[in-house]
Amino acid sequence: MTALLSVEGVSKRFRGLLAVDKVTFQVARGSIFAVIGPNGAGKTTLFNIIAGMFAPDRGSVAFAGERIEALAPDEICRRGIGRTFQLVRPFPALTVEDNVVIGAMLRRHDPAGARRHAHEVLARLDLFGKRHQPASALTLPDRKRLEVARALATDPKLLLLDEVMAGLRPAETDRMVSALTQLNREFGLTILLIEHVMRAVMALAARVLVLHHGAAIAEGSPEAVVREPAVIQSYLGAEAVE
Amino acid sequence: MSARLLEGVSRRGIALLAVLLAVLLAVPWIANDYLLTVLIIALYSAYTGQAWNVMMGFAGQLSLGHAIYVGLGAYAAAALYVHFGIAPWLGLAAAIAIAVACGAIIGFLAFRFGVGGVYFAILTIAFAEFARIGFDHFQWVGASSGFFLPVANYTRNDLWNLRGDPTMFYYVMLALTVAAFALCHVLLKSRIGYYWLAIREDEIAARSLGIDTFRYKMYAAVLSAGMTAVAGVFFAFYYNNLFPEQVFHISRSIELILGPIIGGIGTLFGPLIGAFLLTSLSEAMQELLSALGFDAPGVKQVFYGLCLLVVVIALPGGVWPWLAGKLHVTRRDP
Repeated sequence: MTALLSVEGVSKRFRGLLAVDKVTFQVARGSIFAVIGPNGAGKTTLFNIIAGMFAPDRGSVAFAGERIEALAPDEICRRGIGRTFQLVRPFPALTVEDNVVIGAMLRRHDPAGARRHAHEVLARLDLFGKRHQPASALTLPDRKRLEVARALATDPKLLLLDEVMAGLRPAETDRMVSALTQLNREFGLTILLIEHVMRAVMALAARVLVLHHGAAIAEGSPEAVVREPAVIQSYLGAEAVE
Repeated sequence: MSARLLEGVSRRGIALLAVLLAVLLAVPWIANDYLLTVLIIALYSAYTGQAWNVMMGFAGQLSLGHAIYVGLGAYAAAALYVHFGIAPWLGLAAAIAIAVACGAIIGFLAFRFGVGGVYFAILTIAFAEFARIGFDHFQWVGASSGFFLPVANYTRNDLWNLRGDPTMFYYVMLALTVAAFALCHVLLKSRIGYYWLAIREDEIAARSLGIDTFRYKMYAAVLSAGMTAVAGVFFAFYYNNLFPEQVFHISRSIELILGPIIGGIGTLFGPLIGAFLLTSLSEAMQELLSALGFDAPGVKQVFYGLCLLVVVIALPGGVWPWLAGKLHVTRRDP
């Protein structure tokens, strides 16, 4: 399998803080890859670099073989990378459906076609019944789902998910996990996720990267990574061992 | 395009629109000159309000200097007519081109360098003020002593040169208002309209969905400027005199945005309802106060301001969203 996303020696400094420190990893086409780590480890910064919100100070990001680290967020989306925001950013005054229609319009200029596609995506994420509500009326778990739906509607090859499970109940987490697994299996969608909910990481990811103070401290299968002493010490805590 | 004109409009909405249009078309037969003049002013504010709404209501960019586009349009067409005898419908093209260029410059400066929100508003005020001061010294169009179009008694309406009686101006303004309304309706149902709303709601999220926000904001700025310039041409030929202190003054820009704010920003009917409410309120106030014998200066403005205050407090989203609910014209389930 070839790498769809390739991050090479990426660093980003905010004044005194080295938020991301020479991080290198590859996400294989069609795989699900997770980035975990304690709060402040630089996960979201890394995400924002890939999504074009910040340019890295050093290093490169390649998507489908082309360098993208100098591109703007909208150009990156047009290349085929969809993203969600950790702090959700719905279009509050618009209906749930119109939120997703706007995503769908990237590849479908005709509103009717975009609406049909939006309906499919909404059904897949259990939001179809709520499609006429304004996005501002949704609960947080539903807003998280809306973030995923909207990004998915742009038909990405790679989906970046920033803590979409946070705040979900276990049953809702399982539902989201199965929806993502389905997308991955049916359409070969590659997923890169930042996640704190280990239940979801273990269920979804084939590979995991652990960040700590901006640097990668471990990478491997989830089962292997959670046994690494450095990971236990910095992130999972001693009680996670047993 | 034409198929989209009636898309998403409920039957009740279409019926109400048809009745409204029929009434507006019939007005000149029943109204006296005074009422007709009031209605021309109302339609004019509805039209300019709609043009401003494209930029603020749809794309979320607050312009407080829209008088600049009215003024540029007015002066361009008037100067071409007075100096070269070019008919206003041809002058219109120049008026639109100049306003569009100006809108593009303001938009480019603001959107390329990330000037947003109140800073953008200040930029628009600054440009309108530049224009006011500039035209105050622009001898070719009369500078501060004003620019006048020849007024004569016309035996018949000359639509080509926009010389005629109030009835003709009424129909011209009505046609412009209907056209602006239809254009905005179609745009809102198209990709560009959805993209504008996305930018208005959350620009960062909009970019993450692949929207080139710079480009779409530029479209809004340019379209809004061009539409407003058309109103400027009408203004020049209707009033026949232009003073920089009047047309470019910030109070003109504020007047222009009151209609859509009262009616409902970002809605199609908001500018229309707001314009009719404000114009009739202002006229009624005049009548009422003079009937009651209050004619101290400023009394009218104070009452007018109080009425606006009440509307804004009672209906913060504007009159139209509330009225639409009462009339049951908003579509629930397509």
